[in-house]
Amino acid sequence: MTFTAPVLDYALLAPILIVLAGALVGVLIEAFVRSSVRATAQLFVAVATIVIAFAQLMRVRNQASTTAAMSSLTFDGAGVLFMASILVIALISIFLIADQDNFTAAAAAVPGSLEEREAHQARVRTTEVFPLTLFAVAGMLLFPLASDLITLFVALEMLSLPLYLMAGLSRYRRLASQEAALKYFLLGAFSSAFFLFGAAFLYGYSSSVTFAGIQAAVTGGSGNDVFLLLGIAFVSVGLLFKVGAFPFHAWSPDVYQGAPTPVTAFMAAATKVAAFGAILRIFYVAFANAEWEWRPAVILIAIATMLFGSLVAIAQKDVKRMLAYSSIAHAGFLLAGVIALSKSGLDASIFYLFAYGVATVGGFAIVTLVRDSAGEVTDLNRWSGLGKRSPLVAGTFAFFLLAFAGIPMTSGFIGKFSIFSAAYQSGSVATLIAGVLSSAIAAFFYIRVIVLMFFKDPVEDGTSVVIPSALTSTTIAISAVVTLVLGIFPAPLINFIASTAVFLR
Amino acid sequence: MSSLVTLGLLPLLGALLVGVLPSENVLRIKQAALGTTFLTAIFGIYIATKFVANDTALQFIEKNEWIPSFAINFSVGVDGLALVLILMSVLLTPIVILAGWNESEGGRWSAKVFYILILVLETMMIGVFAATDVFLFYVIFEAMLIPVYFLIGGYGSGERAAAAVKFLLYSLFGGLLMLASIIGIYVVSSSAGHASFDITELAGLHTVMSSTTQNFLFLGFFIAFAIKAPLWPLHTWLPDAAQAGTPGTSVLLLGVLDKVGTFGMIRFCVTIFPDASKTFTPVIIVLSVISIIYGAFLAIRATDLKRLIAYTSISHFGFITMGIFAMTTQGHSGATLYMFNHGFSTAALFIVGGWMIARRGSSTIADFGGLQRVTPVMAWMFFIAGMSSLALPGLSSFVSEFLVLVGTYTRYPVAAVIATIGIVLAALYILIPVQRTLHGPTTPGNENLPDLNLREKIAIAPVVAVIVALGFYPSPLLNIINPASAHVIESAGFTDPAPTEIAGK
Repeated sequence: MTFTAPVLDYALLAPILIVLAGALVGVLIEAFVRSSVRATAQLFVAVATIVIAFAQLMRVRNQASTTAAMSSLTFDGAGVLFMASILVIALISIFLIADQDNFTAAAAAVPGSLEEREAHQARVRTTEVFPLTLFAVAGMLLFPLASDLITLFVALEMLSLPLYLMAGLSRYRRLASQEAALKYFLLGAFSSAFFLFGAAFLYGYSSSVTFAGIQAAVTGGSGNDVFLLLGIAFVSVGLLFKVGAFPFHAWSPDVYQGAPTPVTAFMAAATKVAAFGAILRIFYVAFANAEWEWRPAVILIAIATMLFGSLVAIAQKDVKRMLAYSSIAHAGFLLAGVIALSKSGLDASIFYLFAYGVATVGGFAIVTLVRDSAGEVTDLNRWSGLGKRSPLVAGTFAFFLLAFAGIPMTSGFIGKFSIFSAAYQSGSVATLIAGVLSSAIAAFFYIRVIVLMFFKDPVEDGTSVVIPSALTSTTIAISAVVTLVLGIFPAPLINFIASTAVFLR
Repeated sequence: MSSLVTLGLLPLLGALLVGVLPSENVLRIKQAALGTTFLTAIFGIYIATKFVANDTALQFIEKNEWIPSFAINFSVGVDGLALVLILMSVLLTPIVILAGWNESEGGRWSAKVFYILILVLETMMIGVFAATDVFLFYVIFEAMLIPVYFLIGGYGSGERAAAAVKFLLYSLFGGLLMLASIIGIYVVSSSAGHASFDITELAGLHTVMSSTTQNFLFLGFFIAFAIKAPLWPLHTWLPDAAQAGTPGTSVLLLGVLDKVGTFGMIRFCVTIFPDASKTFTPVIIVLSVISIIYGAFLAIRATDLKRLIAYTSISHFGFITMGIFAMTTQGHSGATLYMFNHGFSTAALFIVGGWMIARRGSSTIADFGGLQRVTPVMAWMFFIAGMSSLALPGLSSFVSEFLVLVGTYTRYPVAAVIATIGIVLAALYILIPVQRTLHGPTTPGNENLPDLNLREKIAIAPVVAVIVALGFYPSPLLNIINPASAHVIESAGFTDPAPTEIAGK
């Protein structure tokens, strides 16, 4: 028996490897650098890692449309765009994460214990979050490139495990945070099991785990269709769980609320890009020719997700939960791009993911600023009159909300327009109508928050807006500028996406 | 750069100028705002004199690529219809600023914000009528909701926040239906081989659309416009918004913004979907007649001066819509002239009514009485405004109302006859409040009201001048409007019914 060593295209894999290396350096820093400069060193390493990875990605982007690592990964135009989006979102989220005030000093301590209090008094800082973030980023970069089910599963776990931990790091409301982490972990484990179950069926169907093999089996049509259907269904459950689509959304409001807000921002934005990247690849490549089997079901899920997210968001009294339900609605809008199953659907999805991701980080960044003596204030009633006290912060938040609502002159509008036209172009009028209706419903609760901030009088209960640190300000400024520019001059990015985004089949 | 673009940019430059002025110097801010809008008005008149009336092609055109991958252009241009409405907008804005010199006081925010909002709104008003790209039109159509929302909610009186939200939600809902139709247009035109948003190119699209598609797309546009220029039963937001807004905001809202709805009906509904327009005409004519009569009855019962004016407008918008969907050249010309005249007569009513309310400190009609003796000039102005609203012969509205009725009669005699009842009711709803507020003995609380000062006289003079001048000599405007109306009717494939002895000019 001969053994062939796997051929690895290091140049193409470099962006992922760089991020992994950066994460390992971060671990070493935890061990060897003294605590007073640890946070600074970690931030420097994390930022440098992401920037270098991005630069390397841009350097090799023209070599796209090839497979790497023995066909386990497909390095194509769409993959490059997903990776680039994830890196940009990770970069602006890192600034937010670096604002250590949001993280507990002793994650392992029992909440409220003496040990925890001592750690707080000693001003211990949770710098582990930096390498954890980088590990998650590496998993996210891998996820949309994966072109066989095994790699997909490994990437899924690689991005999930650090996120489970990070969700439990909140400094305030420790119990809720730990509950969120546990919930996320347990439900995530369930969904992983579903995914594996489906993968087994697909292997049974096509005797292959690669997307190309499944695609060939579907085209050949020789396999057992029941296996194919079950396989698609279970694999989809695993993936739809990650994007929080209805009815697999149950974890997201609790986790969004319990996790430290910078982590929520990172998770909401970057995970969505990675997971939708993977969903788009598997549906566009592996299952493309079986569209009659899955498309009606995905249309139903998309419509249900949009309507459910928007309707339930109306009843929310907590800003983070409201944004969680809004992100469920947006997952529904993004599924419209999957349904489209066309080049324009792919382009629109990528634009939407990037635009939404950036605005989401910006939105959550503002949530971190509104505080009282016990930490962040997320109760919406206490946000009333914010526009009077800090017009700039409230105005920027209103702008992000308008972008989520898809009002013209924001990136959200262009995204919505392009994704709905792609869905309609592919013949799904129902998706278009449901999308428009749920946008109208969604507009209602976004505007309610704007009314609250600008047209209600402030409540005197110690809620205040902290002066953002330079890092948080950078995040907010970048997000706002990108959201505005993409709303007014989207052509360069749209053209870049249109000329780059392809799936190598 | 087309002079039209320059015209649109002037107020925006003014907004920048106001933005850099120190907020404490309110007088300087007001002067800057007034100066810019005055210059804009002069330049608008200059453009109107350069307009070639007999040329039915779009003039002052400018076309730049905006988002090429969706065939979206930044393209502007005017025909007679758009020019008249732009002229109305630029004339009304400085009058509104001068008439409501102190309106920004008592707002939630500074005078600076107020005038920036007004100036930005003026740019959008010019843009929305000048846009010849459906997408550009939509962007401005939606974006202009935001300044109005803040003008009503921030500077209005009474239940201003609730009224602003109601206005915004109604409009957004209509706007989203229109977005669905715009996506539909894009998809239909691209599947017909040439994706386009250009209104001249889209005018030929109806030949390739199935009648079902055409009907649905038409409805998306029409419902949005019927909310904007409120048609029964979609009118309920208007009285609240008009009552809550400052008089100046209400002038711009009812005088200009609502005209976007009736303008859109001609520009988009009739031009792009002539067959669907024909299909829905009976329904729309019925709704228009109901609006005329129902609005009049609401006005007769109104106890609040501002609500009264809003209800009269619902009746007037019924006339305009009826004139448009009568599909005759006279009907269209009458409707267009009606839009212009209604702008000025509503402005007169709101401006003078606003002064009365500010002086008396109440907007309840019953609180006034015998103003003729105390404030003769103001009383006369209110009287003239009222007469213009009831379309007294010799004042401008008479000409347009007559044209609309004649144009409707040639095709829908029954509707025209019933609508004539609206004229009788108009006499009631105007004469009753005029008699109660102006004539008879001076009631307590009104004895010491001051008459108009010089600034107020200067502000109202041009409005009255236009109302009287166009009543006797409407030809300058009709010369611009008639060729455009004939062109719309002809290119939509309608022919004027042979004039009967009653319909002769």
